[in-house]
Amino acid sequence: MELRPGLKLKSAVCDTEVIVVSTAGGDIDITCGGAAMVTPADGRGDGVPADGLANGTLLGKRYCDDAGSVEVLCTKPGDGSVGIGQASLSLKEAKPLPASD
Amino acid sequence: MNILMLLDMAVSGFGERTAVGTSESGLTYEQLMQRAAAAGHMFSATDSERVGLLDVSSPAVLVALFGSAYAGQPFVPLNYRLADADLKSLAERTAPAVVVVGDGNGPRVAHVDGIEAHQRDEWLQRLDAGPTLAPGAWPDDEQDIAVLLYTSGTTGAPKAAVLRHRNLVGYILGSVEFMGAGEDEATLVSVPPYHVAGLAAILSSVYAGRRIVQLPNFDADEWIDLVVAQGITHAMVVPTMLARIVEQLQARSIELPTLRALSYGGGRMPLPVIEAALDLLPHTNFVNAYGLTETSSTVSLLGPDDHRAAIASNDPTIRRRLSSVGQPLPALDVSIRDDEGTELPAGSPGEVWVRGDQVAGEYLAQGSKLTADGWFPTNDGGEVDTDGYLYVTGRLDDVIVRGGENVSPGEIEDVILSHPAVQDVAVIGIPSDQWGEAIAAVVVGGADATELQALVADQLRSSRSPDRIVYRDELPYNETGKLLRRVLRSELAELGDS
Repeated sequence: MELRPGLKLKSAVCDTEVIVVSTAGGDIDITCGGAAMVTPADGRGDGVPADGLANGTLLGKRYCDDAGSVEVLCTKPGDGSVGIGQASLSLKEAKPLPASD
Repeated sequence: MNILMLLDMAVSGFGERTAVGTSESGLTYEQLMQRAAAAGHMFSATDSERVGLLDVSSPAVLVALFGSAYAGQPFVPLNYRLADADLKSLAERTAPAVVVVGDGNGPRVAHVDGIEAHQRDEWLQRLDAGPTLAPGAWPDDEQDIAVLLYTSGTTGAPKAAVLRHRNLVGYILGSVEFMGAGEDEATLVSVPPYHVAGLAAILSSVYAGRRIVQLPNFDADEWIDLVVAQGITHAMVVPTMLARIVEQLQARSIELPTLRALSYGGGRMPLPVIEAALDLLPHTNFVNAYGLTETSSTVSLLGPDDHRAAIASNDPTIRRRLSSVGQPLPALDVSIRDDEGTELPAGSPGEVWVRGDQVAGEYLAQGSKLTADGWFPTNDGGEVDTDGYLYVTGRLDDVIVRGGENVSPGEIEDVILSHPAVQDVAVIGIPSDQWGEAIAAVVVGGADATELQALVADQLRSSRSPDRIVYRDELPYNETGKLLRRVLRSELAELGDS
């Protein structure tokens, strides 16, 4: 799928919803629970997250890959793991900034 | 993308926490979302194209902001301190609009064509049980305008700065950790709703899950009392506010043990004020934030560790950082450029340029001011040191050109303020037959003029020494702490440099 910042995606196999925060561009096979993610307008399938790809997503957390090809923000948590193909994205740990306003 | 996504996440993550007000009687995030859906329904049912607000800070600001986003209409907070004629002109530019008005403000705009004024308390009350738009049914075009903020117009007629949903959401995602606040945290907002910091405070606090307490009209004593009574942990102030808070803390010899973090910005902070504040509030983390309306608030910040290192250091390079605005936020780029737009190396003064999702750099009538590759020239002068710390010297419009030499008022003001008998100072350019422009210092305090001239000549150089020094009882500031240099310029224009 062609990703762009601000694009909303949802899992086809769990409750997970994400928004794309950044992307290096190009065609990216973004998945959740091992199944291709879909747009909010699409219906959810009746599958479940695949074994080993069911570590869950956490509300407000960011997930990215080491290559920097995509970063997503979880806007609704679910049971599946967000990934590219069958490789899970990692939880991004960022040093919090002090409050400024 | 819509700013309601931020509130929606807050509802999912911690909907029963208090969003705004006291823990006993405030609105929770769930209640705020309900009110926003009801406000959105009400705005959509009128011919309004924008939602105005002519009022001090209150929970209605949050409801109107998120309600307008629900209806897909720009939110336009108006400056209630404007004179009637100026306000009328802004109201005409905002129409057709529903305007939420505070006590006494209704008659000031109700007669303007296309303005439908609603008294704040009655309006809020009607939303309690009013019909709502469907959950999640807000427009989702990230290019939609979220907010129009009229710039303070210190140099001319106010311009309407455009902040789109993607700018504001980009700012929050780039600078705030979701649910980063503990349940006990509360922030005190004392800047008015028409100031970008007041708006950014709402969005940041909602996303972090930090309760908002509002102080409608700033008063240092009330601010201190609220911090104590409400167990305030975070606050943001402009320099003139901090100066008064420092005076009152000293006068009342009171401590603020709950206050963990105090950020300041919105103007030049006099060194004596921040030094006194650091001394009076040793357990508070200080943050100096630099930002503009056009950049959705903070661009760069000097954090608590840098403050402590600077105040404890005798090394002039480290010590000087107290007057720096720190390092750019990781989510954006800052570059110092010359007049031709060429990037300058560290240590060279030029214009501050910024680029990133949060950078709007756009006005309603004038359009986008971004370069082809997305940079916004801020019109602020500044430089970055070799360690990446940004120093902002002030508006480039304020630069004095004396005999072909560019002089930043800020550096002269800093030197004059270091004199113990000076309380405040403004340095401006005045017409001069000899120099084109001459340097005038308007001083509040009792220091001798020749002594001040010698001080500047000694610390900087003789060509920076003020040609004229005049004394005033106080300097003209607007209510958000911006020095009104144009007022001084017109007062002093006739004096000349002789």
